[in-house]
Amino acid sequence: MKFTTLMASAALALGLAGGAYAQDKTKVGFVFVGPVGDGGWTYEHNQGRLAVEKEFGDAVETVFVESVAEGPDSERVMTQMALDGADLIFTTSFGYMDPTINIAAKFPDVKFEHATGYKRADNVSTYSARFYEGRAIQGHIAGKMTKSNIIGYIGSFPIPEVIRGINSAYIHAKKVNPDVEFKIVWAYTWFDPAKEADAAKVLIEQGADVVLQHTDSTAPQAAAQEAGDVITFGQASDMAQYAPKPRVSSIIDDWAPYYIARTKAVMDGTWESTDTWDGIGAGMVGIGEITDAVPADVKEEALALKASIADGSYHPFTGPLKKQDGSDFLAEGETADDGTLAGMNFYVEGIKGDIPN
Amino acid sequence: MDLSAINPVLFVAGFLVAATPLIFAALGELVVEKSGVLNLGVEGMMIIGAICGFATAVETGSPLLGFAAAAVGGALLSLLFAFLTQITLANQVASGLALTLFGLGFSALLGQSYVGIKPPRLPDVNFGPLHDIPVIGPIFFSHDIILYLGFALVVAVWAVLKFTRMGLILRAVGESHEAAHALGYKVVRIRTLAIMFGGACAGLGGAYISLIRVPQWTEGMTAGVGWIALALVVFASWKPWRLLLGAYLFGGITQLQLNLQGAGVAIPVEYLAMSPYIITILVLVILSADKSAAPASLGRIFHASN
Repeated sequence: MKFTTLMASAALALGLAGGAYAQDKTKVGFVFVGPVGDGGWTYEHNQGRLAVEKEFGDAVETVFVESVAEGPDSERVMTQMALDGADLIFTTSFGYMDPTINIAAKFPDVKFEHATGYKRADNVSTYSARFYEGRAIQGHIAGKMTKSNIIGYIGSFPIPEVIRGINSAYIHAKKVNPDVEFKIVWAYTWFDPAKEADAAKVLIEQGADVVLQHTDSTAPQAAAQEAGDVITFGQASDMAQYAPKPRVSSIIDDWAPYYIARTKAVMDGTWESTDTWDGIGAGMVGIGEITDAVPADVKEEALALKASIADGSYHPFTGPLKKQDGSDFLAEGETADDGTLAGMNFYVEGIKGDIPN
Repeated sequence: MDLSAINPVLFVAGFLVAATPLIFAALGELVVEKSGVLNLGVEGMMIIGAICGFATAVETGSPLLGFAAAAVGGALLSLLFAFLTQITLANQVASGLALTLFGLGFSALLGQSYVGIKPPRLPDVNFGPLHDIPVIGPIFFSHDIILYLGFALVVAVWAVLKFTRMGLILRAVGESHEAAHALGYKVVRIRTLAIMFGGACAGLGGAYISLIRVPQWTEGMTAGVGWIALALVVFASWKPWRLLLGAYLFGGITQLQLNLQGAGVAIPVEYLAMSPYIITILVLVILSADKSAAPASLGRIFHASN
């Protein structure tokens, strides 16, 4: 796929050199951390790319490179895209943050959009979704459904995004089930099906009957299916192929409206550097159908929780909450501000273990 | 910390499974390199094996047919490499890298309609009463036939290389293709067969991931096992037993670190996460103090006119 993409961009470069008409096209590039067929994170970003193509037809040209390693490799890919005439480049993983800032400084005329980061520049926007809102709902279902009271969690990298998700899930599991315990395993990868499956198996062997994941493939669902009486949740994508069990619900990222809006802004010349962080209310985070494996009353509570988050009447990080070390985090009724959430680097009280540095 | 959460029996059984894809891929590459050819396309052949095996197993309902198809698929893809390097005399490093890129892309194409399907399960071998022995039974006598095949293949490759005329010829071709050619051995033919064997093994390793270890099809699911296999061959200094040890060490410590994390052991996770690589390399470096060298003709192009 990489190779075909290279060929496609080479052919396109020739086309640009040859015909003046091609200059009118807005060229949008995407840098993906996994393969577009991962069934999770990258799959959904690619759906957004396809939506841009569908919306604007011949007026845009999209290119993508998949499975780009975070670090120097990604700088090479971004440079190549910019040199190939991209007007707008979406870089879709946290680890692309510094490379994006570096390359954006070298190409001031190209617009960059970095997903899940916090560094911006005149030509770099950031965008992310409030996945923690979805994780609150997962945590609620998980806490109600677990019989062993052990919930396994597969973390990718110890970054605020992932830690926020763990905290949100834990807070809401604990709320409905005070005996619940989280076992957290860090995989140190976004996408490695064999390792994700191993991590899920280890958690199940150690007693977890609910497995949450913050990695991108459906391998943990396959492992849970093998093990039998274990439930999981779709991550980033619906993963409905594993419904009604083990996958009982999911968090779905819907990037299409955002990608279309930003591409439109570049075409109109109205693009500005912004910071977008939308959640369930704005539709950037979707909750996949809660299957019948979940009892009706739990399903109803989960949907009520979803509705209260969507209309803004409830915030998943509402006090009283303490940090893991016992110090105060949020007072009664206080909600966490976005700055605290964006830089979250601590567990809430009750979670065992240390966060890797 | 709660070490009692780790079940040692499940842990050992788990790492035998985790090591098997690596054993197949590395063993195939070992034979290829013994014949004097460096094929960096292991990852590509593995992923082709993973999808060929998966698709065949799903379509026919027979996992064993799947593994057969994986071996054939891997061997067929390796023929492309053999054609490039043995007939057109292309650079082996470049051809191998191209093979990986091609394999990743082509497997994604082949696998489009297999996402999210559950493959038929390969049953464990029935050892009868042996399976019921405490501890030993669940560890050694509760696996599928392919896992035992991997182990048997290590023994077979070791024996063939060490004791047979065939092994001697293969090693001669790898050490000095000119001398072997002067003695009348068909260097290109022998190397092509070795490359195909390597491809078949890599294919089996890939199918083990997609049919047993995960089990599902996802694009790019081998995620670097092929590259680890390549490194393992070097660190095992081209010796089958050492390769087996290295694969078990790597698989074992990978499993162990996940287990320790789950049990909440107070070792920083970063150290745990890199430990499989560090410890495997350390042990094998210490073992390879006997200065076993690579096959002398490794990576060099042979043409009968030289």
